[in-house]
Amino acid sequence: MKRLFKTYLEKPELAGLILLVLLVVIFEIRSDGVFLNQDNLRGILGILPETGLVAIGVTILMISGEFDLSVGSVFALMPMSMAVLMVEGVPFPLALLTGLGVCAVIGFINGYVTIRFEIPSFITTLGMLFIARSLTIVVSGGFPPLLPADLPNWLFTSFVGPGHMFRMSFLWFVGIAVLTSLMLSRTNFGNWIKATGGFHPAAASMGIPTARVKLACFMLCSMLSGFAGMLQVLRLGSPLPSIGEGLELQAVASAVIGGASLAGGIGTVAGGIIGTILIRIIDNGLVLSQVDANWFKFAIGFLTIFAVVANAWMRKRAKAIKMEN
Amino acid sequence: MDDAIISVRNLHKWYSGVHALKGVSLDFKRGEALGLIGDNGAGKSTLINILSGVQTADEGEILVDGKLVRIARPRDAMNLGIETIYQYNSMVPTMSIARNLFIGREPTRFSVFGVGILDQKKMGSESIKAIANVDLHLRSPDALVGELSGGQRQGVAIARAMHFKSKVMILDEPTNHLSVKETQKVIGFVRGLKEQGVTGVFISHNMHHVFDCCDRVVAMARGEVVLDKRIEETSIDEVHNVL
Repeated sequence: MKRLFKTYLEKPELAGLILLVLLVVIFEIRSDGVFLNQDNLRGILGILPETGLVAIGVTILMISGEFDLSVGSVFALMPMSMAVLMVEGVPFPLALLTGLGVCAVIGFINGYVTIRFEIPSFITTLGMLFIARSLTIVVSGGFPPLLPADLPNWLFTSFVGPGHMFRMSFLWFVGIAVLTSLMLSRTNFGNWIKATGGFHPAAASMGIPTARVKLACFMLCSMLSGFAGMLQVLRLGSPLPSIGEGLELQAVASAVIGGASLAGGIGTVAGGIIGTILIRIIDNGLVLSQVDANWFKFAIGFLTIFAVVANAWMRKRAKAIKMEN
Repeated sequence: MDDAIISVRNLHKWYSGVHALKGVSLDFKRGEALGLIGDNGAGKSTLINILSGVQTADEGEILVDGKLVRIARPRDAMNLGIETIYQYNSMVPTMSIARNLFIGREPTRFSVFGVGILDQKKMGSESIKAIANVDLHLRSPDALVGELSGGQRQGVAIARAMHFKSKVMILDEPTNHLSVKETQKVIGFVRGLKEQGVTGVFISHNMHHVFDCCDRVVAMARGEVVLDKRIEETSIDEVHNVL
């Protein structure tokens, strides 16, 4: 019993999960039952994949001990480069691959520069935030290009399922979440990511290719962000160059609320997703509760600090529970 | 010497102008526990880092079992059966004992290009065995290493080296910052190595620890070997004098 309690108290995503349940109950009561009705849930689930995928990438990268501030700009650059190619007559699948390729290159540069020159990824990706945003506007020529009419929306944004509850993007999100989560917890590669972020000298001395592990995480993070940006553009129907602004900090907040440690080594994909859901339902719940929407950022800020404090406290409590060694 | 498991010949290493190793030649004999002593900056850590693949020598050769080898990465050393245990560097505190035991050498199923699904059942059962083999009593292989005491961590590191059947175990100042009782435990581990047929290299500042558990003592100073004698042929005072 004691051991079970301790094990759960040590789970990094626990604080976020408790907050999530609490907030759902509060919003459901405050909104007179509108919050959990089908239409509202459908709205939340339709947007969730876009920020959720970014949060997954940022969380995994953070577990490996690094940081990416450029995700918001990559979120805009990937669909913009696709749109520009499609206007030139390039078919969708090829444009998609090229767009993901652009993201992979950006992730590679982020990682390579960080590792090769031993500078903080905070700096590298802060620079990339500006570079990628600028490129987005440059390739668009200042005017968002018109998307062709024959896009495969059935594969990404159409509503499916009972009562048309989900968009296809939600299925992509669930699939990617499950795969990345399994990768982190069940594969040797996941073990290397945690070891690299947990204590770099130990990972290196045990022969883990830490540079390659980090590079892979940087590239994964960029590609997930770009893919998420494409989902948003397909949903909106137009590639605006300003999408994703401020997303990088929301994604970091999601990861941290979900229990990921800025220092690396600790965190789960599920935690990052819980953090994203929390932010999304606060956004939505505040409106439904007829609170001035300008309190949204206040709530996110408060939640971030509160969740991390709660997590630290619980970890301390868990440690204090003595087990006979 | 025929019974040398590792021989180094004329190793040199420079660090930005500093000549850290000045032509070190040394034989590590099979089944022997060798104590390596020296002040800070004497070159003992450099020598060990070269043997464990963390650094490479600028000049000189390394022979393992009489064959010339190249140790460019930690992996190379591990594959040759040379395992190094550091005071700080060998465990990830945020991971469980079982996962730490298999870092970089995880048993996998369905692996493609070296990446595969962890065989967690095997990791669990083998780590219980590995820990029991070094006479360490721990609650569960799922406990976080960060919750173990310093001595227990060293125990797990030694269990890991034993599990992977290493032939040579290098312990780099394993008793620093340990309590008296835990230090005794680690010294006990080093003594136990011989029974298992493992060659031990024990690096320490503390003469008493070395004289307690080693067969032979090598002292280094200013990048050179200044003394190399069997324990019974020398004394703590003599070693002190050459340093």
